[in-house]
Amino acid sequence: MSGFEYIVQQIVNAVSLGSLYALVAVGLSIVFGVLRLTNFAHGDVMMVGAFTTVLLNALGLPFVPAMAAGVVGAALAGFLIERIAYRPVRDAPDVTRLLTSLAVTYILENLGILLFTSSPRNFPLPAILNESWQLSGGAITFTNINLLTIALTFVSLLLLGWFITRTTTGLGMRAAAEDMPAAQLVGLDVNRLIIVAFLVASAYAGIAGVLWAAQAGVVQPQMGFTPLLKAFVAAIIGGFGSIAGALLGGYVLGALEIFIVAFLPSSVSSYRDAIVFSILIAFLLVRPGGLLKPNREIKL
Amino acid sequence: MPEAAIPLLHIDSLEVRFGAVRALKGVSMDVRQGEVVALVGANGAGKSTTLRTISGLSRPRSGSITFAGASIGGRPPPQIVRLGIAHSPEGRRLFGALTVAENLRLGACTRTDRAKIAADTERLFALFPILKQRWRQLAGTLSGGEQQQLALARALMAKPRLLLLDEPSLGVAPLLVRQIFDALGELKRQGVTMLLVEQNIKLALELADRAYVLRTGSVALSGSSAELRDSDRVAQAYLGAAE
Amino acid sequence: MSGDWRIPLVLLAVCVLAAAVAYGAPHVLSDYFVRIILLIALNSILVLSLSLSNGFTGVFSLGHVGFIGAGAYVSGILSIPVQQKMALLPHLPSFLHWFSLPFLPATVVAGLFTAILAVIVGYPLMRLSGYFVSVATMGFLIIVNVVLINASDFTRGARTFTGVPLETTLPWVFAWLGVTLFVLARLVYSPFGRSMKAVRDDTIAASAVGIGVLRARLIAFVIGAFFSGVGGSLYAHYLGSFSPNTFYFAMMINLIAMLVLGGMESLTGALVGVVCVSILSELLRSVERGFTFAGITVPALFGASQIVLGFVFILIMIFRPKGIMGDRELTFGLAARSARARKRREEQNA
Repeated sequence: MSGFEYIVQQIVNAVSLGSLYALVAVGLSIVFGVLRLTNFAHGDVMMVGAFTTVLLNALGLPFVPAMAAGVVGAALAGFLIERIAYRPVRDAPDVTRLLTSLAVTYILENLGILLFTSSPRNFPLPAILNESWQLSGGAITFTNINLLTIALTFVSLLLLGWFITRTTTGLGMRAAAEDMPAAQLVGLDVNRLIIVAFLVASAYAGIAGVLWAAQAGVVQPQMGFTPLLKAFVAAIIGGFGSIAGALLGGYVLGALEIFIVAFLPSSVSSYRDAIVFSILIAFLLVRPGGLLKPNREIKL
Repeated sequence: MPEAAIPLLHIDSLEVRFGAVRALKGVSMDVRQGEVVALVGANGAGKSTTLRTISGLSRPRSGSITFAGASIGGRPPPQIVRLGIAHSPEGRRLFGALTVAENLRLGACTRTDRAKIAADTERLFALFPILKQRWRQLAGTLSGGEQQQLALARALMAKPRLLLLDEPSLGVAPLLVRQIFDALGELKRQGVTMLLVEQNIKLALELADRAYVLRTGSVALSGSSAELRDSDRVAQAYLGAAE
Repeated sequence: MSGDWRIPLVLLAVCVLAAAVAYGAPHVLSDYFVRIILLIALNSILVLSLSLSNGFTGVFSLGHVGFIGAGAYVSGILSIPVQQKMALLPHLPSFLHWFSLPFLPATVVAGLFTAILAVIVGYPLMRLSGYFVSVATMGFLIIVNVVLINASDFTRGARTFTGVPLETTLPWVFAWLGVTLFVLARLVYSPFGRSMKAVRDDTIAASAVGIGVLRARLIAFVIGAFFSGVGGSLYAHYLGSFSPNTFYFAMMINLIAMLVLGGMESLTGALVGVVCVSILSELLRSVERGFTFAGITVPALFGASQIVLGFVFILIMIFRPKGIMGDRELTFGLAARSARARKRREEQNA
């Protein structure tokens, strides 16, 4: 395998991984934007999406409709979480709301364990998705899952782009993220915007959950934990609350992780997550507004 | 009672508290249809609080606000916008990451008469031609004066029966202040009812028909602009001397 | 200041009672109850160490479990008997092979180690506020976890770390709990404690009147980390064997639930929280294993107890966000009495 092909292969991997991070991070940023809430339960919404898909598929629904149902299920879960747990603490201090979201995570993960046990189950991937393509005589390989991940991310992000720049509700969400009282003064119904934000963010978590499970080949109740933490990093690198920032952060993080693993010696790359979270801390300290935003004064 | 005698906005003994602080201590005032009323006073006198309570951002502790016959005190802001009150807040509060076009579109978000929105936008261009040039530009990149014009235009997009204006001259270059007050004068001629908070008393009294002078949460003085312009009691009210 | 004569008497009584429980309980109670008492006392140390920064200075750290884990491993490495060290940790730097520390010095060294770690970590992080500091300290926890898993020369990596002598007995835990309570109470109810709370309640005003915000936060963070390290050492010597994931998010959520439930602006509140959550989860756990009642067999529902705890947590957040105790202390009327006595004396003097 030549150096060039190796690099192309790593780029494919980075885009695929980055797409997943971007999908999760976008949802986190949407919710943070309108609500100033660090939503730990977002990872569990991914889990709901993946499990719904598995369950309905096991009950005989073909894969694609089961997946669509998974996305709807995730959106519904997000809606319920907002309605039951977050709305009553909406005006509470940051920490109270952060703790509430931790409690929701705790409940959902244990509910998953109660219903499905903590052992991983197979994700029923149609055979066609497991097929892979080989270029340059096998030096570059990508599976249909990689392609599906990239394509689905691309399509859903285009849709999101249309939503937040062309519809009044989408514009309203961005307006509320920037200045909630001003959004109220022009007559935007904040309650409705928050519900829409949760539906949209959770649907994206659902898509990400299904794709994550498809790549891993298994589902389990704690599956959302790692992608959630990574998506936090991605969202903060890009600028927490900014949708474009979350996208950028997702791909930057995907590229960074692949780079660490592919090009650094294993004695360093086994510390990948430590490096990633050190970068998160560095961003919080030095550039809390993220890559896209100028520094805001949020210290002390 | 004849129709004209019923004020469009009637505020009666309005009291607002922030924790232990009484920001408004029983303010009463009227704004009649087609009138421009100025609200002047020193910093912290309660001018902005009055506007914020009318538009629903602050809740009254007691007292009543009646708009076009409906009691609106304590209702949420979107409902109040739908009833016909638009509030252009202090510091403009534009959506800086959105374009001029998008800001204006959100200004009209409570309206359902889509066909007329485009026509109203055209009419606003006549009043604020700069907005047409800046149409696709992000609001955050505009100059102070341009931003203030956009803030006014955004409020007007709601087609309000009453326009609340908080410090339209704040952070605007002196040359442009004149231009903005000319635009407000034009709006007045078109029959827009306004309640105006303004630090620049001279400009405010030029534009307004009547004025209320607030001091530490109560109305210290009120009367026609002409009366207040010629009396030195306004200055006294500012300085806290006895009336 | 001569306080109420009853206070030293009551403190003495508490000490005697604690000693009686510590030495008597294992003879009277079953192992199960002794274990619960021990865990309550141990978790009290951990929750108290958390309360200093999270409750009293308003820096809500999600990373304290990182200090607990670091303390557990440091103490474990130091106190594994020399003859076993070679077999369990063959790649340790040789100077660590030569000796093995007794329980008490190992615990103190663990505490000092985590305190120093807290200075290094806290110096930059204590500049942050709100969710920024929470997310950053969570990052610290993850970094500690990654290091524990990868520094396998010291920690055996993701494999079970074992061979730590089981020395954590009731008297040890009670003694350390006493020290923790004493130090924290002196600190929290001192002028410095007042400046910590001022920082929490209004950072800008506090810095305006000349309180060193960074200094107050850092001191609270470091002292909290010291007792986290001590608690980690006690935990290590209680469990005997553990792995990096023993000290991770599950433990963090458990400790935070205790802290928040009891009321994180009160020392006795933290204790109330530990007792409530411990008893509740023990009760729920026995229900969870499945039981037969009136001829109906309820099957085992693993995870159900955590779900109930989670809902209790959310209800507390909604209806009593400052916890059961809020910022009041449980003094059994003593503080009020001594205050009354002081007032009486002052009136007589006047």
